[in-house]
Amino acid sequence: MSKPVDNLDKIKQSLTRRNRAETRFRWYGRIAILIGLAAVIVLFTDIISKGHGAFRVTYIQLDVHYDQDIIGVANMTDPAQLADGNWDAVPKSALRSKFTDVSGRRDKRKLYALLSNGAGFDLKDRLVANPLLLGQTESIWILADDDIDTYYKTWLDGEPYAARMADNQMAWIEQLHNEGNIRLQFNSNLFTRGDSREPEQAGIRGAIMGSFFTLVLTLMLSFPIGVSAAIYLEEFAPKNRWTDFIEVNINNLAAVPSIIFGLLGLAIFINFFHVPRSVPVVGGLVLTLMTLPTIIITSRAAIKSVPPSIREAALGMGASKYQTVLHHVLPLALPGMLTGAIIGMAQALGETAPLLMIGMVAFIVDIPAGFTDPATVLPVQIFLWADSPERAFIEKTSAAIMVLLSFLIIMNTSAVWLRKRLERRW
Amino acid sequence: MQATNILILILALGIFAFYIGRGRSLALAKPLGGIRNLHSLPSYYGFHTALWCALPSLILLSLWMIFDEPLINSLVMSSMADQLGNTSLATYNLQLNKISNIAEGILGRQGQSDALLAAADYMTQLKVVSRWSLTALMLCLTVIGLLFGWSRINPQFRARPLVEKVMQNLLLACACLAIFTTLGIVLSVLFESIQFFRSVPVHEFVFGLEWSPQTAIREDQVGSSGSFGAVPLFVGTLLVSAVAMVVAVPVGLMSAIYLAEYASKTVRAFAKPALEVLAGIPTVVYGFFAALTVAPFLRELGTSFGLSVSSESALAAGGVMGVMIIPFISSLADDVITAVPQSMRDGSLAMGATQSETVRRVIIPAALPGIVGGIMLAVSRAIGETMIVVMAAGMAAKLTANPLESVTTVTVQIVTLLTGDQEFDSPKTLAAFALGLMLFTVTLLLNIFALHIVKKYREQYE
Repeated sequence: MSKPVDNLDKIKQSLTRRNRAETRFRWYGRIAILIGLAAVIVLFTDIISKGHGAFRVTYIQLDVHYDQDIIGVANMTDPAQLADGNWDAVPKSALRSKFTDVSGRRDKRKLYALLSNGAGFDLKDRLVANPLLLGQTESIWILADDDIDTYYKTWLDGEPYAARMADNQMAWIEQLHNEGNIRLQFNSNLFTRGDSREPEQAGIRGAIMGSFFTLVLTLMLSFPIGVSAAIYLEEFAPKNRWTDFIEVNINNLAAVPSIIFGLLGLAIFINFFHVPRSVPVVGGLVLTLMTLPTIIITSRAAIKSVPPSIREAALGMGASKYQTVLHHVLPLALPGMLTGAIIGMAQALGETAPLLMIGMVAFIVDIPAGFTDPATVLPVQIFLWADSPERAFIEKTSAAIMVLLSFLIIMNTSAVWLRKRLERRW
Repeated sequence: MQATNILILILALGIFAFYIGRGRSLALAKPLGGIRNLHSLPSYYGFHTALWCALPSLILLSLWMIFDEPLINSLVMSSMADQLGNTSLATYNLQLNKISNIAEGILGRQGQSDALLAAADYMTQLKVVSRWSLTALMLCLTVIGLLFGWSRINPQFRARPLVEKVMQNLLLACACLAIFTTLGIVLSVLFESIQFFRSVPVHEFVFGLEWSPQTAIREDQVGSSGSFGAVPLFVGTLLVSAVAMVVAVPVGLMSAIYLAEYASKTVRAFAKPALEVLAGIPTVVYGFFAALTVAPFLRELGTSFGLSVSSESALAAGGVMGVMIIPFISSLADDVITAVPQSMRDGSLAMGATQSETVRRVIIPAALPGIVGGIMLAVSRAIGETMIVVMAAGMAAKLTANPLESVTTVTVQIVTLLTGDQEFDSPKTLAAFALGLMLFTVTLLLNIFALHIVKKYREQYE
């Protein structure tokens, strides 16, 4: 047997060790949280630093002469003439008259590459809007090519990215810069145009509209159905095997990988019911099935939080079970249900994988105008752009992500706000 | 008339029916001395009439929409049967497509055979007949329903129980949609998988070591059979998920412990929602981040250590996926840790244990079933995650356990096999459904098991 003094020493020694372990353990916890927070910060700064540039785009100022002979249009009201017009020649001749010393086919091609491929069509649109300009000369800002845009932005930052630039192009840009004829403007194309193969002309309007139509349909279907299911399960369902089975199903569906819902949409909606591919209708149906469990679960929680005294009071006044639920329980549970619906919609807005299965991944230039127009959605647009080889699309993708994230932040904060504002504590 | 127009018409008539039903009940109640002589409130009589008016026609309309097209198609094709003879499914579909394109004017009528043109005319004719008969039928049905519902109204008529009964069934139908969804998933993946397993034996799919999904364009082509051994995909999926878990479990668990046991109220109020931000970010954003930021960074890091890291590596995809799963694990673990009764903590602390000893020796063992359940749910989520791996893990089906190499996963292959236009009956597309079946089964089992554990554990402390 050891003496008591020895034991005390032992305990004292072990105490310092144990206290050190305690401190270490706390630091593990702190480090874990810091890793999580660092991930949030790194992610956001990375996306923002990559994408902020896309909100501004390079324009070049040129003296454009709308020459009737070059365009080949005499009558601005004749659509056939307008369609046949040689619109590309207008910006080209403007460039040639700006840089008169350029000769030789190769150099000229380099010169023409300063401007976006769509510059001619933009000028056509301008001319159609202002027919009096025909035959006139004006000085206007024209959209630059994406390579020029990338170069000019990086050049302004002091680290020019010149991989796709020729020497004379760089010289022209320097000349334009010194004359003040090249500048960055707000990129309105990003918000007003559909997708394009040319990064400088590509916009997210089409994807936003596609997301809008898909989400509207999803909300219109999943909110009423989800709330009805929640009401049934919470207020009317008898406790039996069938309702247990429904509950197990709902809980499992909430955890089924989203891509499985895509397979379901492909096999059932497209292959069996012949709903056309790529349209918001089928996207909305798939996302409805996907968000239903979320909405049912949150709605049930909201109904559950309404105290039974409310129900008892209504029943005591002679209301039927349905009148109790519809007139008293439902209005009180509505804020919670709306919060759940917003969270479900945010989930649906960010969802990509199931939509790839049902063909919403197509390259669509036109801006969808309805539920049955082929469309893509914002996250799928991000996926498509992330796959594109052009360097300028990295910037675009990050900008689209910023737009998507800001929509999600707005939705989630409004859900939190709604909950704080409207939810009653009993 | 278009289906949407018919729908609007039915709904408008339903609203109309509500008002005349209510009006009639009010009119009947007046001579008796007010609505308290009615069995139900006037609006219930209105709802009753509206239901009789709209419900039968809505049901018929949806049935018609489902069976209209297949019926017309089979009628048209049976009229063509003698020209076509006994043909395969593919040519059948091709012919049908051609006919409907001619009928809709997408394909020009010149240069088409007479039989096709006749069939197209027949199809147009059938469609016109179908449309008009649908319109007429709908109108008749709504009006008859309206009149019937209207005629049943009298002061003794028990409208409220009837309306409530219908409503209860509607609510039940909404709740049953969850079952139909599950059923739809099972049936859709099962049927296509059975078809797939007819051309590729099950054991070859589950145990085969080589994955190169190809379908022959010609019969005698080299490598025409393709190989559908899914083991490399399973290994890839497990590898990526394992990397994700290595990142997510310690970080998620430790942050949950810290937030639940140590953090002050202000730290908790700030850190918990900040971590939850990670859960709200769409997976496509993580995919972009993994492919364009993390993967190049890892490759450069690897080269500086003399390692060759593939530009699409399991490490990048798995690591970013782990970051995505951190809040999932931390919030689940947080729930179970806070559910451990305070008395257990107090007991341990009273015995002289330090706080970390209490956590490690008492709280974690007590919360273990819940934590394991949460981790299993996280694994099932990692296995089913698609966009991150599609964008960052690569396509090459390699049988490797090295996280620095590029691997492919089940979900990646489903996406690559099914995006774009393919024929629906080739083994290549059907393979995606077989993979889907695997994915669904595995995640379902994991989920059921995990939910069971979590539920059982919760009951223990309630």
